[in-house]
Amino acid sequence: MSTTFLAAVCVVGIIGLILGCLIAFTAKKFDVEADPKVEKVRELLPGANCGGCGFAGCADLADAIVNRGINPSRCTAISAEALKDLSAFLGVAAEEKEKMTAVVFCGGSLSRAARKAQYNGIMDCRSANVAGGGGKACAYGCIGYGCCARACPFGAIEMRDGLAVVHPEVCRGCGKCVTVCPRNLIRLVPASVKIHVYCSSADKPAARRKVCSAACISCGKCIRADGQGRVEKQENGTVRINCENPPDISLAETAGCPTGALQTEEAHRAIRPISPKETQK
Amino acid sequence: MSLPPHVARFTGGIHPMDGKGLSNGIPARTAPLLEKYLVPLHQNIGAPPKLTVTKGELVKKGQRIAEPGGFVSVPLHAPTSGTVGNLTEVPGVAGNTLQAVEILSDGKDEWGSGLDPIVPWQEADRKVLKQRVADGGIIGMGGAAFPAHVKLSPPPEKTIDTLIVNGAECEPYLTADHRLMLERTEAVLEGAAIAARILDVDRIFVGIEENKPDAVEAMKKAAGAFGIQIVPLPVRYPQGAEKQLIFAITGRAVATGGLPMDVGCVVQNAGTCAAIRDAVVEGHPLIERYTTVTGTPVVHPGTWIFRVGTPVKEALKLAGGVREQPAKLILGGPMMGFAQSSMDVTVTKNTSGILLLAGGETGRYLSSPCIRCGRCVSVCPMRLLPGPISVMVECENYALAEHNFVMDCMECGACTFVCPAKRPLVQHFRRAKAEINAIRRARKKH
Repeated sequence: MSTTFLAAVCVVGIIGLILGCLIAFTAKKFDVEADPKVEKVRELLPGANCGGCGFAGCADLADAIVNRGINPSRCTAISAEALKDLSAFLGVAAEEKEKMTAVVFCGGSLSRAARKAQYNGIMDCRSANVAGGGGKACAYGCIGYGCCARACPFGAIEMRDGLAVVHPEVCRGCGKCVTVCPRNLIRLVPASVKIHVYCSSADKPAARRKVCSAACISCGKCIRADGQGRVEKQENGTVRINCENPPDISLAETAGCPTGALQTEEAHRAIRPISPKETQK
Repeated sequence: MSLPPHVARFTGGIHPMDGKGLSNGIPARTAPLLEKYLVPLHQNIGAPPKLTVTKGELVKKGQRIAEPGGFVSVPLHAPTSGTVGNLTEVPGVAGNTLQAVEILSDGKDEWGSGLDPIVPWQEADRKVLKQRVADGGIIGMGGAAFPAHVKLSPPPEKTIDTLIVNGAECEPYLTADHRLMLERTEAVLEGAAIAARILDVDRIFVGIEENKPDAVEAMKKAAGAFGIQIVPLPVRYPQGAEKQLIFAITGRAVATGGLPMDVGCVVQNAGTCAAIRDAVVEGHPLIERYTTVTGTPVVHPGTWIFRVGTPVKEALKLAGGVREQPAKLILGGPMMGFAQSSMDVTVTKNTSGILLLAGGETGRYLSSPCIRCGRCVSVCPMRLLPGPISVMVECENYALAEHNFVMDCMECGACTFVCPAKRPLVQHFRRAKAEINAIRRARKKH
């Protein structure tokens, strides 16, 4: 009995020893030398692999920073403290860069936008876009099935009342949402601009009003109230804040936008469902 | 003339409730003249036609109002005589917005197409006949809307030996081609003979599903004079799909990514053939078509001859309106047609049917994960793996989906019809095809 037991232990033990030696040998023989500096830089990067830098993920950027002299500020997602640590480790000064944030240029929440159909399909904007464009009547607005929210590696986009709303304090400006939106509603703008015209419809103004109570009707009130070219009408008829020379956020009140398309970022984020009575007004 | 062909059985297919009984026994009626027609400009696949008339201009019935925007494009013609109205917008079938021109009728309905009849066409030059098909503004009237003259212009390296006329009409509910083949038998056959002359082929087949025995009988009686063979086909959806039809009649299979011309075949819809005949023999361009208005909520379902540009609202009014609130409006058939979100759509050159479904006939489905039962695989007429491909698309792995031949999907909907998990499979494939096409276009640019 005990001999069987001993034999088994010995056999397994010897096999283990041989295999262990083999592993130790191959590990030494085929060792790939990794630059410990690259490893460390990769650890200091956010690790979200968002691709906002233009490289194929954080490891690729870490390699580029160490071996190709790319400035660490190329990382769009990195926080200020982490960037400080990283530049201290590398011994290079991080370039000053304006913080960008994503903005969804649409205010058509479910309670504001008219509906054209009951959509019964895949709850993804890009899938809805190939099948009639979802349930909302506006052909330019937010479809509202949240493919940008799912694409965001940082969870900065929230679906509120059927509308994608960006939280700028969470958003790192990587631009992943910009590429997935089938309606091209999302753009990266300087985070310091806190007032926007939340409408992208290129329809005729009357048609926009018909499908959405929060539509910009291109009345030009805000352009006149500003009077300094800081709010501009674009070629397709939509109105945009000039992000290089933005007006003060008080313009949201002084302009008296009739539909509320011109809003401060904070007011836009505080979307609440409007009661049907209010919508009828 | 070759011997009667052996009908081959294509893989897969389904037997949906056909619903044709609502309208197939009723002779087609000509819709009365309306005061206003809304003619969408871009009705065809390919480049949109360019409008050549201005507001206030007087036009005659059949007069050209838009020039083709390229080779893969067709001209447009006024549906009646009258004045040109505003340029407006109408909702398109696929949820888009189309530019449309108003034609205000003067009530006289005078012809003035400027196209002389080519008689006898048997002696006319092939190029002249082909040009006439192009000038007639004829597109595939089964629903695909592909310009007919392009199909009749195969590249010289392809030898075409067979013309197949598609009279299968496998879509449930639709009876437009059925009525057309019964009532305009000679026109369909003569149009097929003209198309065959353009292609220089002498093998002409007409494929008709066996659920239209009267049409098969009528066509058989008249076909001998034109040297055309009528092939009754087993009833199975999608028997009228181009590749399945070719396989059934000739036994030839079109390879992946290929076109019917690769196996020496050209397929034209029965309606298209009748339109070709009208353009050549009468000099009448394509301005009207057979369309089925049907569904249980419709008071008097039936087939109508509508002018292109007839608003769907007017079409439904002619059919006596609705007896109950319909839940869904579909242009085309229930399998491949498009559900509409607006009643402002118009009848275009490829509107084969206007279908209303009652609340009990359609519903909202909650889809659940694939249970791997494999039913979609057994019904797919293209022998694809719909279930697994849909998962690839869900994971946005378009390269893998492409590798699994998602581009061969013709969106017949058989897989979605049988899926017990109610997965919106075709929508997944449509998205994959759109994404893959975008990737291919981007690759071409670089």
